[in-house]
Amino acid sequence: MELFNAKSNLNFLGQRRIAAVFSTILMVGSLILLIPGVRGLNFGIDFTGGVLLELGYQGPADLPDIRARLAAGNYGDAQVQNFGTASDVMIRVLPREGLDNKVVAGQIIAVLKAGDPTVELRRTEFVGPQVGEELTEQGALAMLFAMIMIMAYIMLRFQWKFALGAIAATLHDPVITLGFFALTGLTFDLSVLAAMLAIVGYSVNDTIVVFDRIRENFRKIRRGEPEEIMNISVNETLGRTIMTSFLTMLMVIAMLLFGGETLRGFASALTIGIVIGTYSSIFVASALALSLKATAADLIPPKAEKGEGEVDSMP
Amino acid sequence: MNRFPLWKNLIVVVAVAAGLLISLPNLFGEAPAVQVGLSSGEPLTDSGIERVKQVIASQQIEGAAPYLDKGRLMVRFPSVDVQLKAADSLREVLGKDYVVALTLTPNTPAWLRAIGLRPVPLGLDLRGGVHFLFEVDISTAIKQRLDSYASDFNKLLRDNRIRRSISVTGDEVLIRLPDAADADRAEELLNDADPALDIERRVSGGSAVIVVRMTPVQIKEREDFAIQQNVTTLRNRVNELGVAEPVVQRQGVDRIVVQLPGVQDPAQAERVLGATATLEFRLVCDDANPLEVERTGRAPLGCELFQSRDGGPVVLKRRVIVTGDQLVDASQGFDQGQAIVNVRLDSKGARSMLETTRENLKKPMAVVFIEQKRETVERDGKKIEVPRVEREVINVATINGVFSNSFQITGLDTFEARDLALLLRAGALAAPVYKIEERTIGPSLGQDNIDRGIEAFLYGFLFVGLFMLIYYRVFGLIANIGLLVNVVLIVALLSLLQAALTLPGIAGIVLTIGMAVDANVLINERIREEVRNGSTPQAAISAGYDKVFSTIADANITTLIAGIVLFAFGSGPIKGFAVVLCLGIMTSMFTALTVTRAVVNLVYGGRKVERLSV
Repeated sequence: MELFNAKSNLNFLGQRRIAAVFSTILMVGSLILLIPGVRGLNFGIDFTGGVLLELGYQGPADLPDIRARLAAGNYGDAQVQNFGTASDVMIRVLPREGLDNKVVAGQIIAVLKAGDPTVELRRTEFVGPQVGEELTEQGALAMLFAMIMIMAYIMLRFQWKFALGAIAATLHDPVITLGFFALTGLTFDLSVLAAMLAIVGYSVNDTIVVFDRIRENFRKIRRGEPEEIMNISVNETLGRTIMTSFLTMLMVIAMLLFGGETLRGFASALTIGIVIGTYSSIFVASALALSLKATAADLIPPKAEKGEGEVDSMP
Repeated sequence: MNRFPLWKNLIVVVAVAAGLLISLPNLFGEAPAVQVGLSSGEPLTDSGIERVKQVIASQQIEGAAPYLDKGRLMVRFPSVDVQLKAADSLREVLGKDYVVALTLTPNTPAWLRAIGLRPVPLGLDLRGGVHFLFEVDISTAIKQRLDSYASDFNKLLRDNRIRRSISVTGDEVLIRLPDAADADRAEELLNDADPALDIERRVSGGSAVIVVRMTPVQIKEREDFAIQQNVTTLRNRVNELGVAEPVVQRQGVDRIVVQLPGVQDPAQAERVLGATATLEFRLVCDDANPLEVERTGRAPLGCELFQSRDGGPVVLKRRVIVTGDQLVDASQGFDQGQAIVNVRLDSKGARSMLETTRENLKKPMAVVFIEQKRETVERDGKKIEVPRVEREVINVATINGVFSNSFQITGLDTFEARDLALLLRAGALAAPVYKIEERTIGPSLGQDNIDRGIEAFLYGFLFVGLFMLIYYRVFGLIANIGLLVNVVLIVALLSLLQAALTLPGIAGIVLTIGMAVDANVLINERIREEVRNGSTPQAAISAGYDKVFSTIADANITTLIAGIVLFAFGSGPIKGFAVVLCLGIMTSMFTALTVTRAVVNLVYGGRKVERLSV
């Protein structure tokens, strides 16, 4: 079975101005959404510190009643939401000035037990505020470090114009995914951060496959404009790019559907990341390399021309 | 064409067979069990093992199957009822020297266990339990050390008749000398006392100030010491809790992670972890007969009866020579081939020790370990908690010389010396710890997480496998075999490394499958392309695999970089995900490039093929 026309010759790079405008709008929009005053990310207690309680009720939980009770108990700022099922509830409270997390948790449980003595405490988490600060710092640092390492590797294997293209495509993806999280208000916790880094890896992976084909075609097709050759390469790898994204998406959607609430943030981030990643490796990465005037000469070492069919050895 | 040399086929067969064997223990589930160990945390001795086995035999517990596991005896039971009954009777008979903990143990058959194979351990989020993160207040530890220096210097200069006033400000000890003429001699004395210290002199007018600072190396040593000692203390406490497979680890610069699987009451755990212990040095009343005192209950004047750790009574003087908070350091060492424990005291302790040893040469001295615990007792039909002080003599040694601030305890074997040093450190001078994170996961949530993770994995795998089969036919089937082998290898590696599997770890496996398909898609698409370009089937297979090699390598190495960064920066759940991601990348490269190729070669290689089913 085949779904993609093997002879397809869609002019992806011809559309690069439209793609550039589209990507710029998405990026700028995401960055604006990420400004704390505008919307900002809904950080989980991993980052903010505070108390998280997961409670199991016998029947469907009465959220308005829970909120009212908490407000009466001076916890009006608590975030109350269903967690997976109607009878499971998650409550999140930011750290209180001068109040130990344990005291906070105890007070909340006491308030809720007064409403329904059968409520079962399924999970508690206390995170000190300093842990959260460190995590935010470490997370940003990890992201930056991963980018630098990946860029260095691509520069080593390809060339700086391609490295820039790949990094732009790669920055593009997590930023827009973050924008999505800011827009929807989904909780941004540690597992979402892990998903962000997985997206970085995945997106680069996708881009590299296209770049590899471009390099191969620059060697094989000696005539022809770079734009033409790049277009051919993107078209040739199109089937693979979409198939892979589709199959990975199947796994991620299985996680989204069956993985339960704990994996929801992680799976949502990956879903968005994969869609954007596929788009960026088709439209953004090569287009940027082309805009930087990447040519065959950039990829083919002048002397060490290799014969066809020979395998590139690893550096 | 397209035949593998024998060695390559052998590698594939061996890898797959080994993978299957190593991941086999994961299929057997878990059984209720009781873990029996010594309270001291030391491995059980042969006689101890015999004792426990005898108790089990005498209780006539049906179906009990004991085996030794990391120095503890693990006894499996057919049901929870039997387990609970057995645990109660074991606790009663064995007493407080043994820790009896309820746990679940893998149902791994004995022959697999015999060759050292175990299932993947489950993380806290999958099995339930409590997780604490403590922060050690190292600035207090440094402050204590500076105070101790200050009083040492004070004594040193006083003994040399130098007028001075000494204070500690920030990270400096300031020694003010009203007479600047003393500065040279004072500096020399300080330098002799500890040449490693950073000493600076400021002269102003007729007076001088000597500033003493700890060097960065000394500060680091001090910090490491404080944290290591707290880890030891916490580990000892955890042993008291009777938790199976606890984790007590240093994390980062000044953090300690404590994970207690299966514990559902964080309050109780915290109480025990927060208990304080200390120790004392006392002289032995050598004119009293301990057995006699124990029998009559009457000790000579100024003496008191103690129990020794090895059992047996000891009579000690009531006067305490040195208490634990005067202990600055204790470390294991060797002197003329004999194991010793080096002990350092602060100046107050040193003075007291000097006086005592001067007057009591060749007399025995004892180290008493004192622990404050809380225990639940039943009083008037109600259960209440009362503090209880537990004291035991851990060591008796003869005073062989006059000493003050540093001395050695001899007459120990290597094992004892290490433990005594640990205990001395563990017993006293814990820099304060603060709890900065606590996570409790209920057992039902753990099981839910396992079920959901596995369900997500199964459905995802089913979708992908089905689609690959329809889309690439025979080559899709072969890719699916590769994916299965990939999962087996990941599980095998996790079992081998004994890296705890967490929910993010399961997510990692799910994601890895998605990404591993990529390599197969690349190969199959390439083969199709080669066929379209007019290559013969055999040439298409060969070119398909060869040409994608560098692509797959590049793509996977970049993902591996992201994975390694995650591992390096992440903690807890992120690390679990990163480990699986990195392992998965490596196994998927092997399965996609080598395992599927071996199968393809088996199916198509070395014969005439009309067309490929791709």
